[in-house]
Amino acid sequence: MKLVTAIIKPFKLDDVREALSEIGVQGVTVTEVKGFGRQKGHTELYRGAEYVVDFLPKVKVEVAIGDNLLDQVIESITKAANTGKIGDGKIFVTELQQAIRIRTGETGEEAV
Amino acid sequence: MESNVFHLQYAIDTFYFLVCGALVMWMAAGFAMLESGLVRAKNTTEILTKNVALYAIACTMYLVCGYAIMYDGALLLNGIEQIDSAAVLGDFAAREDGFEGGAIYSSAADFFFQVVFVATAMSIVSGAVAERMKLWAFLAFAAVMTGVIYPMEGSWTWGGKDVFGLYNLGDLGFSDFAGSGIVHMAGAAAALAGVLLLGARKGKYGPNGEIRAIPGSNLPLAALGTFILWMGWFGFNGGSVLKLGDIASANSVAMVFLNTNAAAAGGAIAALITGRLLFGKADLTMLLNGAIAGLVVITAEPSTPSALIATLWGSLGGVTVVFSVIFLDKLRIDDPVGAISAHGVCGFLGLMLVPLTNGGVTFSGQLIGAATIFGWVFLASLLVWGIIKAVMGIRVSEEDEYDGVDLSECGMEAYPEFVTGK
Repeated sequence: MKLVTAIIKPFKLDDVREALSEIGVQGVTVTEVKGFGRQKGHTELYRGAEYVVDFLPKVKVEVAIGDNLLDQVIESITKAANTGKIGDGKIFVTELQQAIRIRTGETGEEAV
Repeated sequence: MESNVFHLQYAIDTFYFLVCGALVMWMAAGFAMLESGLVRAKNTTEILTKNVALYAIACTMYLVCGYAIMYDGALLLNGIEQIDSAAVLGDFAAREDGFEGGAIYSSAADFFFQVVFVATAMSIVSGAVAERMKLWAFLAFAAVMTGVIYPMEGSWTWGGKDVFGLYNLGDLGFSDFAGSGIVHMAGAAAALAGVLLLGARKGKYGPNGEIRAIPGSNLPLAALGTFILWMGWFGFNGGSVLKLGDIASANSVAMVFLNTNAAAAGGAIAALITGRLLFGKADLTMLLNGAIAGLVVITAEPSTPSALIATLWGSLGGVTVVFSVIFLDKLRIDDPVGAISAHGVCGFLGLMLVPLTNGGVTFSGQLIGAATIFGWVFLASLLVWGIIKAVMGIRVSEEDEYDGVDLSECGMEAYPEFVTGK
């Protein structure tokens, strides 16, 4: 099993959720986060003076899936969250040791 | 029959004065909202405290001695409650122009209308010194400003007295209809003196001359405050016609309302466009300053310009205020809300535009009047601020400034999300 963590632009969340539903992903966890990447935040203007916004608002999407879905999930998120502009975000993939469905006690790929 | 008509004229002019005074009183709310929107969240309780307290202090000090200094009345308004109807009717009958003669109305209404102007002048100061001044130093200054400094220059202008017995501004052709100079520039002069002794907020200017933005915490409040000021201004300028009760006066009042509104609109549009051209973005705070700048400019003479001229005068103010804010920042004069630019610079501009539409007013008279008002208020304020600084200090400690003056001066936060009671 894999845990796919995607940091995306907030306005792309609906597109990503729909794309994941289409390929049969059963659930996602979404968190509003802030951070910076290579762009290092951005500058804004207030009464003629610039100021730096260090941390930009992003959305973190976490998906737990079976190994067989991994390529499809990565492709779906990449496609749905892509704008071609700076700040589109990143996808991280980690090994998932175990998953347990609390209500039924199912474990492993049955549970995700 | 004639005396009945005079009764009614007295009633309607008194009533009009009171309603306009109540509108101007509401400007205190406008200043409070505008200023609390443009400061950081950690200084909100203190700026609100200042705004409510200064209004109360202004009302009290003007009642105690300010009105007496300005208009030769009695201290503590002694005797203002007395009315002799027969004598008033005699005054009406003795007027040269009869029904269309000068306004006669209740002295109590006159005081009420005048006192809210003093509070307006003082409100201007609070925004400019925001986020770093000690609360009680500010309130001490407010007492002197509203009890003595403002009434002195008011006595030379609207009070008609000679300036220290030397010259008379009215004789020199000076005119300031509702107080571009007498109220707004005076407030800004006191603010400038305070800011010069106080210094900039920590972090506003970098060591190499860079100017850093300190964004306001609540722009919806700032926008609401501006609209409240805009509305209150109809009382400010409209009431300054002093009379409603005949055709010519009523029409003049209507023209003043129209021109006041037009100038604010012109100022807002001009500031919005100027900001867009200079910064590439629509800067809301400049737009708000622009509307106020337009109002300040037209205040010196809202009755004689045409609607088009009023719009143009307002838009001149809107352009001026944007450049003035940038210029003051270059001089490292830190004014968080732009009060010195909107009320001071545009107040002066308003005075200098009067002779263009009012033939009875001279440029030299306006210049001397502006210099007199500014010179007196600035120097007297500098002295008073200086004394307060020497006695009790005017600036909070660096740590208190970092934590916010809400905690150090008021001991409470404006937005206390994460606290528990005991």
